[in-house]
Amino acid sequence: MPAYLARRLLFSVFVLWGAVSVIFLVLRLVPGDPATVLLGPDATADQIAQLRERMGLDESLIVQYGSYLRDVVRLDFGDSFRMNVDAMELVLSRLPNTAELAIAALTLSVLVGFPLGVLAALRANTLTDRVISVLSLVGQSTPAFWVGIVFILVFARTLDVLPSGGTGGWQHLVLPAVTLALPFLAILVRLTRSGLLEVIHEGYVQTARAKGLRESVVIFPHAARNALIPVVTVVGLQFGQLLGGTVIVETVFAWPGVGRLLVDAISHRDYGVVQAAVLFIAAVFVLVNLVVDVLYGYLDPRVRLAG
Amino acid sequence: MTESPLLSVRDLSVRFRTGGGHVRAVDGVSFDVRRGETLAVLGESGSGKSVTAQAVMGILPKPAGEIAGGTIVYDGRDLLAEDPNRVRRLRGDEIAMVFQDPLSSLNPVFRVGWQIGEMFRRHRGASRRAARAAAVELMERVGIPAAARRVDDFPHQFSGGMRQRIMIAMALALRPRLLIADEPTTALDVTVQAQIMRLLADLRREEGMALVLITHDLGVVADVADRALLMYAGRAVETGGIREVYDHAAHPYTRGLMASIPDLDGPRERLTPVRGAPPNLLALPSGCSFHPRCPHATDRCRADDPVLRAVDGRPAEHRAACHHAEEVVAGERERV
Repeated sequence: MPAYLARRLLFSVFVLWGAVSVIFLVLRLVPGDPATVLLGPDATADQIAQLRERMGLDESLIVQYGSYLRDVVRLDFGDSFRMNVDAMELVLSRLPNTAELAIAALTLSVLVGFPLGVLAALRANTLTDRVISVLSLVGQSTPAFWVGIVFILVFARTLDVLPSGGTGGWQHLVLPAVTLALPFLAILVRLTRSGLLEVIHEGYVQTARAKGLRESVVIFPHAARNALIPVVTVVGLQFGQLLGGTVIVETVFAWPGVGRLLVDAISHRDYGVVQAAVLFIAAVFVLVNLVVDVLYGYLDPRVRLAG
Repeated sequence: MTESPLLSVRDLSVRFRTGGGHVRAVDGVSFDVRRGETLAVLGESGSGKSVTAQAVMGILPKPAGEIAGGTIVYDGRDLLAEDPNRVRRLRGDEIAMVFQDPLSSLNPVFRVGWQIGEMFRRHRGASRRAARAAAVELMERVGIPAAARRVDDFPHQFSGGMRQRIMIAMALALRPRLLIADEPTTALDVTVQAQIMRLLADLRREEGMALVLITHDLGVVADVADRALLMYAGRAVETGGIREVYDHAAHPYTRGLMASIPDLDGPRERLTPVRGAPPNLLALPSGCSFHPRCPHATDRCRADDPVLRAVDGRPAEHRAACHHAEEVVAGERERV
């Protein structure tokens, strides 16, 4: 296991390097220049050139890239052009808000999605199953920005029962968390349903029944523990979608998290912050997948021993 | 003979819903299992042996399979009429089952000791510790070496024969009075088959339990069974004492199955399979469903469905569903 972890960590470094390189390049290919944005429309060409020089933007791309990588290796992720503070510190200061949102959405998805998936599987091909399956298909295919806007219209404008954005009490968390959870929850329902249906006719489920176990015990843990194995894998992969979702949801609901910071930084061409935020999100994604892989071995003893 | 049978199945019919319509996988089958005896249920694949066992166990695949008629009485209790929860508690406790493929029948994600111990925890409320200790004891009893060490291993770490021993240990945990073994040796290596069969026979004798041994291999059961029940296309076609059925088979199908047993001691001959293939249950032939494959078939067989009846000149217990049973018995020296 330690050798396996070491190998995985090494790969992770390459993944992160790829992520920062792509974002570094894309940022500089996008039209628009940080100095111009920062100084506003009244700035003279001279002022802009001076600022560009101070920011190091007058250097060739390859030189900029080299010095950026050198700094990143020293854990110096650059400064925010706009706010003159350390970029990574800025990202981390927004982390608690995003974490709150993501954990709420994740908890909601698991608490609702898993039981719904089990219910759909146990009632396979009945009306209950059809309703759950159609709803989850809708949930999975509706874009978050649209759901968010509709939620605001319905619950904030028309019904006026929940705030439309910002932070505060739990009321502020409801709409963004549900919006963020929806696609993830829907996938979880579908995966749990198909996973359980796949194992429900397995020999060991029949054995569990022949042992005289209660039907609830036959399903949990006998069938569910096996059905969960593929679910966990895909959930890990889908976690990236959830992280991407925070960017949209935080923007729609004016939620001051990492995602919103990223969007603001992009519109201001605040290179340092964009790079730090992307690197951070990528690192979280890589870490989650590592945890999923370890968990996978825990769930499936056949993998644990082979690996 | 005055003692009531442990298990009494009457006119059992099981229906399966398939894409092509309803199939009667078991059609009016009746049989008894006496206390402590071994009943061999024989027949080709698809003859309804396993479905009969699943019906008795109450583990028919849902929702496709359902019992369409008949009664299953265990020790005076009508299993189909009684409260399902009480019937469930009988399973594993009084009636246990061993399946064909021990690898798929054991749960791959739980330790074998946990799976055996579950019997004690769920049925008897035993503590984890006590259940684990009991599991080790059972594993030793069924001949698993170093049981104390292997109790925490997972099923995939065992060989096929060892896995079946674990299944047997699990089935015997609560000392059931009836064990149903559904092709317990079919998925195993030939060398292991005899060991497992001997283990089952020994344990049956030690425990004094009744054993229903389902198999398609007549050779396997000759030495261990007391009586035989032959099934064809969901029906019982012949039943009687094992020696009586072997020596004086009264149904051409039984005869055909016997001829297909390789005779290792005799002169080398080609194997003689039963001609033709098992019928499609969705489109059973008219009359006797065996007639298309039967060397004795007459017009009567094509028109008239034979019922299970006593065979003239044989013990009353020997019954066969064949219009020509007496001829078949008389011609026992001829090749079929």
